[in-house]
Amino acid sequence: MTLSPMETAAAKTPDSMAKRIRGLSNRTIAWIFVAPTIFLLLAVNIFPLIWTIRLSFTNFRVNRPNNDVEWVGLRNYERILNDPDVWNTMQATAHFLIWTITLQVLIGFALAYLINKKFKGNDMWTTIIVFPMMLSPAVVGNFWTFLYQPQIGLFNYVVAFFTGADPASFSMIGDVHLAPWAIVIADTWMWTPFVMLICLAGLRSIPDSIYEAAECDRASKWRQFWTITIPMALPFLMLAVLFRGIENFKMFDLVVQLTGGGPGNTTTLTSIDLKREAFEKWRTGYSSAYAVILFVTVFGLASIYVKALNKVKER
Amino acid sequence: MKKNLFTTAAVGAIIASGLASSAMADGYATDLTLCWAAWDPANSLIELSKDFEEQSGHTMNFEFVPWTSFADRMLNELNSGGQLCDLMIGDSQWIGGGAENGHYVKLNDFFDANGISMDDFLPATVTGYAEWPKNTPNYYALPAYADVVGWTYRKDWFERPELQAEFMETYGYALDAPADLGQLKDIAEFFQGRDVDGTTVYGAAIYTERGSEGITMGVTNALYNFGFEYENPDQPYDLDGFVNSAGAVAGLEFYKELYDVGTPPGSSNWYMGENIDAYRSGQVAMQMNFAFVWPGVEADETVGGGNSGFFPNPAGPAGQFAQLGGQGISVVAYSEKQDAALEYIQWFAQPEIQQRWWDLGGASALRAVVEADDFATSQPYAQTFLDSMAIVKDFWAEPAYADLLIPMQERMHNFVIAGDGTAQEALDGLVRDWTEVFEDEDKL
Repeated sequence: MTLSPMETAAAKTPDSMAKRIRGLSNRTIAWIFVAPTIFLLLAVNIFPLIWTIRLSFTNFRVNRPNNDVEWVGLRNYERILNDPDVWNTMQATAHFLIWTITLQVLIGFALAYLINKKFKGNDMWTTIIVFPMMLSPAVVGNFWTFLYQPQIGLFNYVVAFFTGADPASFSMIGDVHLAPWAIVIADTWMWTPFVMLICLAGLRSIPDSIYEAAECDRASKWRQFWTITIPMALPFLMLAVLFRGIENFKMFDLVVQLTGGGPGNTTTLTSIDLKREAFEKWRTGYSSAYAVILFVTVFGLASIYVKALNKVKER
Repeated sequence: MKKNLFTTAAVGAIIASGLASSAMADGYATDLTLCWAAWDPANSLIELSKDFEEQSGHTMNFEFVPWTSFADRMLNELNSGGQLCDLMIGDSQWIGGGAENGHYVKLNDFFDANGISMDDFLPATVTGYAEWPKNTPNYYALPAYADVVGWTYRKDWFERPELQAEFMETYGYALDAPADLGQLKDIAEFFQGRDVDGTTVYGAAIYTERGSEGITMGVTNALYNFGFEYENPDQPYDLDGFVNSAGAVAGLEFYKELYDVGTPPGSSNWYMGENIDAYRSGQVAMQMNFAFVWPGVEADETVGGGNSGFFPNPAGPAGQFAQLGGQGISVVAYSEKQDAALEYIQWFAQPEIQQRWWDLGGASALRAVVEADDFATSQPYAQTFLDSMAIVKDFWAEPAYADLLIPMQERMHNFVIAGDGTAQEALDGLVRDWTEVFEDEDKL
């Protein structure tokens, strides 16, 4: 008689343990296996979330352990939602999100499209293009601070070369109109390769036979692009947008290193503002409410987006 | 019952003291960790502390954090009751929180028992670094590093005859260390974009940093001298008309003008490090900076050795003041090695150690050192240091200092760097922000 792999494994179980396990139902055994994971999730994710929600209704401050903690109801939420400065940071975040995602998707897809064409040195170019995303965001922030230096920065000299303007006549990180673009450019430089890789995976998943069929039907390259390439790569593109959207919503390190949130509050994104409230002002209750609002926003938007993504996949 | 308690306590105390003394007699050594900012004076302190290690048998470890994240890192440590640091050289503004939240050990009894008198230290440093509440004899630190904002200038450039002649012709007075803030702006404007030895140079490097405390530490040097007050001297926490007085508005407008006409392009987020770099690399004719950079400037191959001069923050229409820097050294209440930490403070307070501290590039606050006959001539910047320490004012040191600092950073940066709104609006906004903080603190 041939034993199945499962039966072989069961036969190797020591008798004492087998007796104990035999007495357990399948459901119990399943619970034993998943219990450590559930415990970790509860301890690391769920408990802090519930605790944060609870704190958001109090005036607790972690740097005043001796003060009484009062239940303040929805006051923290009211203060946040009625604070024009919070809305300014939301606007700055929206500007950053929209432009980085747009540029990264456009440039990333274009690069993936080019890389997908077989040519000499293809692999080398892929490695070179992917290089920025391997760096630490803090390093990239520091690096771009020098590139944007009006006196010595390469960026200003490149702009000056094309426009004829004096390199020292503009400051990318010191000007209120340019600073929001300075962080968009640095983030786009760093993360476009990531979008490119996802798009490349999408493009390479399209079977050649579809293009061959289209060739037989005498479809032009332009028509093939719009009716085959884009629809079939769309789920990958949408996935890239989701990843970058979530990542950039919580963008912190690169921008802090580059502009410190300035000039003024021009590049103060919500994550920077939240960090100041939580770990500089130590307004724990208030910042918990702020975190809950951001969590609900991101979770809500992401849920809607994932539904749309699933619909695209089903088509 | 009571008798039993006393007996138990007495026996406990005898055993404890016996253990402690036998440990000391046996040469019991412990590892002490001192926390401070990562900057030049910290290296001097490592050198100085070798003497303590030799004398006491204890080993000194150091935890140094860059200035821009120093407050975040260390206040987090204190707030969480962490035991990383036995000794903390914390910023002057932390003293209120350190005292009220129980982070620092009160040192009065220790000072009395060991003959350490606060009268032996510069009064401004005692008030600024050690006392809480201010102007009361409650001490939570020993003045450790006296520091103040002052100015450095390129003496070699100022002395060039062709520049002197041109300056005289343009402004009608001699090019020299400025006597007031108006002259400072003239000089900055004069050097702005000027070609010196084939290089384009700029007027002055000033504090503009947004993220931590930079612009506040800079702008106050103009605000104080134009009439800004933190509160009504007769009524604490009464801000309106003092924070946003006509003088304060003029001071803030001055700082913005100085930024607009006399600073290097791109200097919108500069603090200590960036200012030093700009000055040493010959980008600017003057730099605003804390006095701790002066030994390094004097020792620099290019700008040192007599090529630089030093002057205190110049006077304005309402007087002459300068932003206090510096720190006191405290024993962390959560440390299990408080006795050894107090030993360090006792050693550090000795006049000969304080003298050596100054010689190594530290900045002593001990009067026996700074009021010695030869002190003013001991270094080219020593007199300026003394003059500057005599005119200091400090930012709030309330437990809620961070809540007060953040809106100041925001309002000042918004107006000075981003050019958003008017100086009056910025200061009116600051009054509203600070009032809200004090209301939250139940001080109003």
